[in-house]
Parts: sequence; structure tokens; C-alpha cells
Amino acid sequence: MTATPATGRPAVPPLERSGLDRRCALVDRFFRALCVAASVVCIVPLAAIVLFVVLNGIAALNLDLLTKPPRALGTGGGALSAILGTLQMVALATLIAVPIGLFAGLYVNEFAERRSARAIRFAADVLVGVPSILVGIFVFTFLVLPFRQFNAFAGSVALGVLMIPVIMRTTEEILRLVPGSLREAALALGVPTWRTVISVVIRTAIPGILTGVMLAVARAAGETAPLLFTALGSRLVNAGDFSRPMDALPIFIYVNARQPFPALNQQAWGAAFLLLMFVLTINVLVRARTLGQRAG
Amino acid sequence: MTVETRPPAEAPRADAPPDDAVAGYAARAAAEPAPRVPVRIEPAGGTRSDQYDDAVGRIEIRDLAAYYGTFRAVKDVSMEIRPHAVTAIIGPSGSGKSTLLRALNRMHELTPGARIEGSVLLDDRDLYAPEIDPVQLRRVVGMVFQRANPFPTMSIYDNVVAGLRLTGRHSRAFLDETVERCLRAAALWDEVRDKLKQSGTSLSGGQQQRLCIARALAVDPEVLLMDEPASALDPVATLRIEELIHELRQSYTIVIVTHNMQQAARVSDRTAFISMDDDRAGYLVELGDTTTIFTNPDNRLTEDYVSGRFG
Repeated sequence: MTATPATGRPAVPPLERSGLDRRCALVDRFFRALCVAASVVCIVPLAAIVLFVVLNGIAALNLDLLTKPPRALGTGGGALSAILGTLQMVALATLIAVPIGLFAGLYVNEFAERRSARAIRFAADVLVGVPSILVGIFVFTFLVLPFRQFNAFAGSVALGVLMIPVIMRTTEEILRLVPGSLREAALALGVPTWRTVISVVIRTAIPGILTGVMLAVARAAGETAPLLFTALGSRLVNAGDFSRPMDALPIFIYVNARQPFPALNQQAWGAAFLLLMFVLTINVLVRARTLGQRAG
Repeated sequence: MTVETRPPAEAPRADAPPDDAVAGYAARAAAEPAPRVPVRIEPAGGTRSDQYDDAVGRIEIRDLAAYYGTFRAVKDVSMEIRPHAVTAIIGPSGSGKSTLLRALNRMHELTPGARIEGSVLLDDRDLYAPEIDPVQLRRVVGMVFQRANPFPTMSIYDNVVAGLRLTGRHSRAFLDETVERCLRAAALWDEVRDKLKQSGTSLSGGQQQRLCIARALAVDPEVLLMDEPASALDPVATLRIEELIHELRQSYTIVIVTHNMQQAARVSDRTAFISMDDDRAGYLVELGDTTTIFTNPDNRLTEDYVSGRFG
């Protein structure tokens, strides 16, 4: 093989399959099968959860669940308190978290020194990883204890705290993807920096920022632990009174699934189905959007 | 602000040589441009006409050095850029051509750590004087970039008037008029007149670049800086851009950085050759009429470069 003709060109290597190649092929097949198996195991929990919740949830679904408040001791009623509560608290949490996350992401990307940017980014990443029950306790200390009253506002703040880092990080990542050439184009037209940031940079990034907000909403909607210390949950329909306790779908599921009454267990399944649909719909919408963007 | 269509700065000249003259349009630079109304680049106050009488977009660079942090990218550049002529800046990669160009509208300083020494005078005013507002300045000294960069969220129409919309309020009629005038000036009107509402990024590369030129014209600059405006385009689109540059020189002072020496020879009246010193800082080797630079340069380095022996 190392024989080199006098012309200085290397000899042509053999083209036939060797024994080594056949062994390689075998090992290759084995590991490929292993990878496929692992991938299947990854998908199984999701598939199982969706299947389980859908099968049980659809059976439990009825008009009462959507339109009636809970009634005492497992005799009928519905999840209206929880549905309204989740919608209200997630909405208020979004109102709180979007401006903070957006401006923080903007600051990190546009204005911060490299070192402070890294520090803020690190803090946000840590905040994402903080167990949500700790966020609940934290908010409990500041917004529940002083008032001696569980309240929906505290619940919204707790959810907002969980949403902020998600929104901030996606905003920042998306802003970084906006080509510098667009910024330069605007500045070269004599557009002031602040106007460039608002009308060119943010405007270009809006679809991506919305994606981050939607993912944060999906996350907040499913959180249970931070609400246990704050909004507490309630059997009453609370429309708009954020100084009082409020129900939410995850709490409703938690409470009713532990009851000895089959009717209430059924309601928990129904609520689980609603929550899953809400979160899945958002996720699927987001994926469809981002895929569409990549294609376009 | 003047609203009417910008008139050619010069009366038609009977002594203009034919278009196919060797070394482009250099000979025409000899003609005197007519005086234009001067422009305001102070932050506030005054109108275009109350500043001077004879300003026409003449740039003078004095002892310019440009730094990125501690690295000196350009040094000792002193040169005059004649009004209403095309000045090409040629030179090897990394010699600081773009840096020099970006010093002329203070885009250089947007890079963190970047700074300038020396001065740049536009119609005898120091652009680096403390009272000069770089934002206002960039409306007077416009820029076209190497890669066409229309705003992807905006229609063709909105792209053209982006500079106006983002800096003030204007009547619909004025915007309509500006869009048509600038697209015509950029030789794009006939191709896009029926689809002004479509996205600017739906156009071809060459069309996008002409859209960017129209956008730069819409804020009514005196000077147009072009940083390799055709290097990302195919030969046909390049030719159109070059024709356009030839048209625009009647109304604007144009400085074009190009890698392509044939292009410099075709489009420019004057050519500056920038080279790198041992310390990797770019310096001006020679500036002269394009014909001279390409046929009979004074400097040996220039001769080597334009004849393809180095760089």
C-alpha cells in the first residue's frame, strides 16, 4: 500500500471490502438500533400522557365542567372557577412579565457591557432552574404574609417571576439574530439609535419574541406549586378580585384527584384534559410558526 | 427641505467624451459642478440655505487615523474628495478601505472601541467637531452597503421612505412623490411600480441593492458612500449599478470602495490607492485621476497593484 511509483504519485488504494469493513457495518447496525430504541423510549412518556389524559379526559368532558362552579362533596358542578382563575392569573402574569422580560432582554443585547450582560444572562438561567415552589414561598413571604390573606395577585406575581427569565432569554437570543446590517442601514439613514432599536431591531424580532412569550405562558399555565402558597385555590368563582384567593386548573386537578369521590376524580381528568389542550395548542402553534419562518 | 425633483447639478456639457472612453468617465470630472444649496448638520436650528453659499459636498480628509481599540487600521490619510465626482478607493483586502469610508459618515465610531484621529471636513466643516450631531450628519452623507439590506418587515414603498418616516412626520403626498422620484433615480421604478406594497426582500439581489440606493437617496444626502455595492451581484446586475453610479454622480458626491479594479476604472473619475504598511495600517499611496492611476501612476506600488502584480 505504501508503494509509491517512480512518478511520485501514490498507488491507488484497494477498493474491495475488507473484513474490517464488515465488522464496522455490524457494530454500526447495533448502535443504530440502540439509538432508535432510546428515541422511542423518549417519546413513550409523552405519548402515554397524552393518550391517558385524552382518553380519561374526553369521557369526563361535559358542558357542566365548562360552565358550572364546583359544588360541595362530589355532587356535580364543574371547573369554571379553575378555568377563569387560570385565564386571569396567567393574563396578569403575562402583563407583569412581558415588559420586564422584554426590556431586560433588550438591555442585555443592546446596551449592557459584556461583563454585566453575562452576569444578567447567568442570573436569568439560574432563575429558570429555581424550583417553582421556592418562588411560591418567596412571593408568599412578601405578598401573602403581610396581608394575612392568600390572594390571586400574589399568584400572578409568582407566575410572572417564572415567566420573566424565559421571556428575557428568548428576547435576547432573537434580538441577537437580527442582522447587524439592518441596524447599520437604519443608522446610516440618520435614524437615531433609540428609533432604530424600536422600529427596526424589535420590529424585525417580534415574531420570535412572541414565540418566547407564548412558551412562557404555556409554562405558567401548568404551574401548581407556586400557586399553592399564593392564590391557594378556591371553590368560588372569582372574577377579577385579585385580593382574594382564586382557583386555577392545576390546583383544581391536584385537589380533586385526591378526593374519595369518583365524580370529583372525573372532573380532575376533565380539567387535566383542558390544561393539556391549552399547553399543547400553544406549543404546536409556536412550532408551526417557527417552522414556517424557517421555510419562508 | 427641498421637495421638488433634484435637478442635475450641472448643465449638460457639450464637451463630454463618449461613454466608452478608456478609464471610464474620468475626463468629465474636469467640468465644474454648479453650486448646490448647502446642508444643515448641526443638531438644530437654521435651514439648508442659511449656512453657506457655495457648499457642494466637497470632502477633505486631514491626517486621518482610525483605530479599533489599540489597533491602528488607517493612518496618515490626507486627501480631497471632489464634489459631484466619483472617487474610487481601491487596495488589497484588510488595507482599511471600508474603515476609511466609514470614517466619512461617522459609522466607524459605532464599533465598540473604535475611534478617529485627525479630521474630516465636509464643505469646510469638521465632521468630528463637538457640535456636530452624527445622526444629522448621516442624513447628509448616506451609505450603501456591500450586501443589500432592505428592511425585511417593510414593503418596497416603506423601505424607500424608511429614513423619512423614522425621523419625522411627512405628508402622504410628499412620501408618494419621494418614493417615485427616488425609485426612478435608482433605475428601479419601472420594475416595481406595480408592486410597491410587496416586501423589499422579494426582489432580486440587484434590485434589492438599487432599492437600498433609493432608500439612501430619499433622505436627500449630499454624499453617497458605497462599500463594494456590487460585489455580491452577478455581472448584469453589477453593470446596472455601475450605470446608476454614473447617473448619480451628476447630483451627488460619490465615494466607492471596490475590490474590482475594472469597476473602479469604469465608474470613477478619481481613484485613491490604499495599501498596508508593515504595521498593517492602511495608508494612502496615491490619489489621482482614474486614467492616470490606471495607465501612468506615479508610485511603483500603485503600478504593481493595478497591473495585478500584487494584492
